[in-house]
Amino acid sequence: MPAVRRSLVSVGLAVGVPILLVLAWALATQGTQNLYFPTPGKVFDAFTSTWLTGATITKHVLPSLGRFAIGVVLSIVIGIVAGTAIGATPWLRSLLEPMLEFFRAIPPVALVPVIMLILGIDDSMKLAVIVSGSVWPVLLNTIEGVRAMDPVLTDTSRSYRIRGALAYRYFVLPAASPQIMAGVRLCLSIGLILMVISEMFAASSGLGYQILFFQRQYMIAEMWSGIVLLGIVGVAVAAIFQLVERRVLHWYHGSREVSRG
Amino acid sequence: MRTIRPVLGVLGVLGFMVTWEVVARTGVVDPKYVPPFTTTAARLVAELGEPKFWSAFGDTLLTWALGLAIATVAAIVLGAVVGLVPFLRRATHTTVEFLRPIPSVAIIPLAILLAGLSREAALVVVVYAPFWQVFIQVLYGIADVDTVAQDTARSFGLKRRQRLRHLVLPTALPYVITGFRLAASIALVLTITAELIIKNPGLGRQIDLYRSAPDVPGLYALVLVTGLLGLVVNLGTRYAERRLLHWHPSVRKEGVQ
Repeated sequence: MPAVRRSLVSVGLAVGVPILLVLAWALATQGTQNLYFPTPGKVFDAFTSTWLTGATITKHVLPSLGRFAIGVVLSIVIGIVAGTAIGATPWLRSLLEPMLEFFRAIPPVALVPVIMLILGIDDSMKLAVIVSGSVWPVLLNTIEGVRAMDPVLTDTSRSYRIRGALAYRYFVLPAASPQIMAGVRLCLSIGLILMVISEMFAASSGLGYQILFFQRQYMIAEMWSGIVLLGIVGVAVAAIFQLVERRVLHWYHGSREVSRG
Repeated sequence: MRTIRPVLGVLGVLGFMVTWEVVARTGVVDPKYVPPFTTTAARLVAELGEPKFWSAFGDTLLTWALGLAIATVAAIVLGAVVGLVPFLRRATHTTVEFLRPIPSVAIIPLAILLAGLSREAALVVVVYAPFWQVFIQVLYGIADVDTVAQDTARSFGLKRRQRLRHLVLPTALPYVITGFRLAASIALVLTITAELIIKNPGLGRQIDLYRSAPDVPGLYALVLVTGLLGLVVNLGTRYAERRLLHWHPSVRKEGVQ
């Protein structure tokens, strides 16, 4: 019984505060004519009528999510491939390190005008913006993960003459994967931000465009519903990442628990 | 290897400059879109002599510093309260996990509505993401206090204040400082972002002006400036981290090697 009660309490705590917050929001906006803070009911109505119709889903939501997904996958692939090459080659690492530090330090948004200049304002520009910002955490973490490989592991694989693709698949990649996954987590949240930004600049479709459009038209409830939608996307992406991470790194979390005792 | 490393690094930087120059001069890409490195560098130097540049630079620094300070103080105070009270930590968990991943740029339209096209609107955006970064680190740091050390402190009869000072603070400090270091660079990115979209004065707005002018070398020069600024922030906070945590095993170990 105590176990049941404890889990009931934690469910109550987990759900209770968000419900209280929404109630407080409803009470605070009840009866007022404040233009900027509509009632939760209005935002909910706006949400269903704006975002849950077939036209907006195909015109705005799916293209946005598609660009986000492609951009993030590109960043991860480029980051891991280039990262292992650089991480495994000491001279290359020393050669490139200062430049990489510099590029990472450029606020990705500052590159938006440059990329717009070179690529125009089509989908390739939006992808380039996403990749230009979100590739760095994966790249630098992969470099660090490959560099900091356990020397015993390196020596063992060398003694057994395990080289090339085999060594890459069974030694290098697993050894670096905790670091890489930490980079991927950052890459996802940066990618989402850059997806929104690239659409705020020059687009006629997408979530970022749509939210800014609502704000300019003073469609406040619709604007709020867009912010809520972005929040839901953010939470969903974080949840999916956690699932994937648990699968990819289950051996790592397991061994950490053992070593902690 | 140890003496070669910096040399290789310098070579890398030089190689990048030369590649840029060659690519632009030979017309692999249109010089209208990518001006040669030397043109950009000359423009950067000229820009450094302009009062307009320095006022934009100062505006950016001020927005960044204000946003970072507000976010850090608020996060440490709220994080300490929530982290030290187990009930609060459990009760707020889902709310925090929902609010945290909301992309900070999503609230730009809201900020514009609330505060107009002003520094205040930019600050709403600049505070949001760094706040969560520090807040979460404060929670982790407080949760990381060793249970054995906690029991020991309690059986030696340490008062609550003493436990906070000698147990919780040293455990949580590395976490908080790491959070601050990350928050500092996030805040800079958001400052420039806000200036580009909200168009409050600063380097970001200047970049947008040069884009629409169009003044391409000026645009590239300012992008270089933002990169250098970011680099200074990264290196500065990393240095501060090592100084403040010189007693911590993670830093001491690096020193020995």
